[in-house]
Amino acid sequence: MSVTATDPGSSVESSPRSSRGPRRGWRSAGTWFGAVIVGIAAFCAIFAPLLVPHDPFAQDLGKRLLVPFWMDGSNPEHLLGTDQLGRDYLSRLIWGCRISMLIGVTVSFVSGLIGITLGVIGGFLGGRADDAVLFAITTRLSLPVVLVALAVVGLLGSSMTLLVITLGLLLWDRFAVVSRATTMQVRNLDYVAAAWCAGCSRFRILTREVLPNIASHLVVVATLEIALAILLEAALSFLGLGVPPPLPSWGLMIAEAKDYMFFSPWIIMIPGVALFVLVLGINLLGDGLRDQFGARTAP
Amino acid sequence: MTALLEVDRLQVQFGATAAVRGASLSVARGETHCLVGESGCGKSVTALAVMNLLARGGERKAERLAFEGEDLLKLSERGMARLRGNAMAMIFQEPMTSLNPAYTVGSQMTEVLRRHKGASQRAATDRAADLLARVGITAPGLRLGQFPHQLSGGLRQRVMIAMALMCEPKLLIADEPTTALDVTVQAQILRLLAGLQRDLGLGLLLITHDLGIVARVATRVSVMYAGEVVESAPTAELFAQPRHPYTQGLLRCVPVPGKIQRDQPLGAIRGTVPRVGHGFAGCAFRERCDFADETCQRTIPRHSAGATHDYLCRLPA
Amino acid sequence: MLRFLARRLIVALLVVATVMTLAFILTRLSGDLAVSIAGPSATQADVDAVRKAYGLDRPLLIQFFDWAGRAVTGDLGESYFFKTRVATLIGERMPVTLTLGLTGLVIALAVSLPLGILAAVRENTAFDRIVQVVALLGQAMPSFWLGLLLMILFGLKLGWLPISGTDSWESYIMPGVVLAFSAIPALTRLTRAGMIQAMGSDYIRTARAKGLSRASILLKHALRNAAIPVVAIAAVQLGFMLGGSIVIEQVFALHGVGFLAWESIAKNDFPVVQSVVLVLAAIYVLLTMLADLMNAVLDPRLRGA
Repeated sequence: MSVTATDPGSSVESSPRSSRGPRRGWRSAGTWFGAVIVGIAAFCAIFAPLLVPHDPFAQDLGKRLLVPFWMDGSNPEHLLGTDQLGRDYLSRLIWGCRISMLIGVTVSFVSGLIGITLGVIGGFLGGRADDAVLFAITTRLSLPVVLVALAVVGLLGSSMTLLVITLGLLLWDRFAVVSRATTMQVRNLDYVAAAWCAGCSRFRILTREVLPNIASHLVVVATLEIALAILLEAALSFLGLGVPPPLPSWGLMIAEAKDYMFFSPWIIMIPGVALFVLVLGINLLGDGLRDQFGARTAP
Repeated sequence: MTALLEVDRLQVQFGATAAVRGASLSVARGETHCLVGESGCGKSVTALAVMNLLARGGERKAERLAFEGEDLLKLSERGMARLRGNAMAMIFQEPMTSLNPAYTVGSQMTEVLRRHKGASQRAATDRAADLLARVGITAPGLRLGQFPHQLSGGLRQRVMIAMALMCEPKLLIADEPTTALDVTVQAQILRLLAGLQRDLGLGLLLITHDLGIVARVATRVSVMYAGEVVESAPTAELFAQPRHPYTQGLLRCVPVPGKIQRDQPLGAIRGTVPRVGHGFAGCAFRERCDFADETCQRTIPRHSAGATHDYLCRLPA
Repeated sequence: MLRFLARRLIVALLVVATVMTLAFILTRLSGDLAVSIAGPSATQADVDAVRKAYGLDRPLLIQFFDWAGRAVTGDLGESYFFKTRVATLIGERMPVTLTLGLTGLVIALAVSLPLGILAAVRENTAFDRIVQVVALLGQAMPSFWLGLLLMILFGLKLGWLPISGTDSWESYIMPGVVLAFSAIPALTRLTRAGMIQAMGSDYIRTARAKGLSRASILLKHALRNAAIPVVAIAAVQLGFMLGGSIVIEQVFALHGVGFLAWESIAKNDFPVVQSVVLVLAAIYVLLTMLADLMNAVLDPRLRGA
């Protein structure tokens, strides 16, 4: 049973990368584009309370569904218009960025902790431990992520903490697959064998030789996982079982705007484009990092 | 009568690297022509260029490249495909990876005949079994149904040879067919090739770096160095009177039992093959040559040492 | 081969058993189920009656083995809300989800195989770059949002396709496309990578030396080998699509298994929720085994020994 062969995530990473000339140019342009987007998003996320022009939670029923600036009849006070409850859309968008980034990073942290621990244990110890880790990965992959996450949130009630823990518990598989494979490779390298022979302890070999060597691969996985977590959070919020309202998650904004979308399509375009561009930016940055490290993150 | 294969001043470039720099050779009907030289001298590239099978990025140019008088340079890829595997066939040096792992030996052999001769599956299978028997494979019927991974390297190379013979080619190019094999198997395969060449009367261009083989099977030998054919002669003449210092050096490297004293050191050519880039002029061997002087930096004329013997060196015959 | 199959089967059964346990635990997470079933206005006596009626007064382990034992025989219990057998409910809804998943897979393969092959054949050309950019864009596209956009465009503005429901085959086109989007990037990249690797291999050089036609070289010799990982991933992707169809079914109001699960979560109908999780996981496990078998068909080296 080979987990790497049946995991689409890792297969994406194993696509061979040719280092021939012409690709460098447009690839690095993509990386820069990604870096700029991630930079802007991070800035918005951190300084959201200072950046928002209005209170993103303040309703003003007198100013419902104001159109954004590029349409006729827009209100210069609300650059991106207002939603169905008269809340400033730009403020909600910036606050939503904070939510998305927060969830992406924390979920990636939790799942990374779980996945890397399991992967390194399996790859380093081999044998029975590795069988157990492989089994855990297979089981995890067989669980329908969205459904399980929905069920947990639905049964326990929605909150940010619960959402992060649930997604973290569900998204560690790629971390495990990659760290297991790379740990195996590193373990078999000559200098690690030399460290064994020199009598270094397991712990020392793990922390000094193995982890630094797999770190670059894991950074790449982490970016991809952040993107995935952001998309999943949006989907769950869209289904009404993600971030609790009135927090302005982009997925929730799309769900709330759905009833008005046939009359004013811009209302789902704005949060949708934001979501799309952010995820694209993170993926581009991840691809660029992979090229930078010159590493194939899966064997 | 024209030669079977004529190659005149062939040049192959991969980007800025010149892999073949004006190599010329010709293969007559029914002769075994050996192309010898160190690794990286452009032997394989020459063969691939003749077949138009160069890897991506390789560009070929030549004064003349003809098979049975037909200009291969003018031929479209489609026209070339009609010749390949049909009138001219090729065997590669990597028997382990040259067969498709997903198809049986039989399927891979029969498709050649079906493609070029429009043969029925039945007729093609019969011919494939015949040829497998001919290249010394026992139980051909069983082997036809097997997959490449079930065969040893020697068997796979025999399959490759049999496959190349499916359409009775007039020219067979064998690119170091024995390098990847055990020594015992090497001799068998070479004996097989020589026998087949004699029996079928095909022209054989055998690429090798093993002069022992050359001495036994070749009618004619061309020595390649740094992308050029530096000397070409009938086998006996080349071994008896090598003219080019590089050929002389090569021959000194071969231990001949009885002629060589115990404990006498074998000859060696100092240095390594240079990388030759654009704008290089003169003799590429001059850095390693004992006879080199400043005139070696100029363009070297081709000297003749008899009607069928020529070499590329400033030294007179 | 037989040993491999047997081992594979044992692992598969263990996975299903583990998922069963997880699904059971999942539905017990919310604390006292009897309270949530009985509803907010129920008295203590009502709750006790519910607890007794649903067998929730028994120890957890007994409840688990009772449920698991029945589930193995195909009895998934009764829905609290619909008051029908869960197996019947899922059976009724499954055709919609399967149709959706298969439509998605067919569309995904129909797009990514040609794209991947062409991109590989024209490696490093403008076409190849465009394909890779499209794959990146597809990866970043939130499926539910794409669904809404398509609805606005093809349903409302152009009026070509129905916006929701399952009345005709046309109803499956938009959801199928949206579902396919999630699989296209991975499948395209994999096809491209596999074809590039295959086209650079020695056996393709042999095929060219044999004078075979370009179509035969590409489609018979190269694709057969490049398809091996693609088949495995395609099967797995179908599994993911079935699991992920919950979002799409919601967007397009398709009453499939995903929609059923969503309704049941909202209604605390835990026998349905745990059964859907179990069934989807079991289908996934089956699909991965199917992928292994298909790989053995495609790659004779896996059949040997």
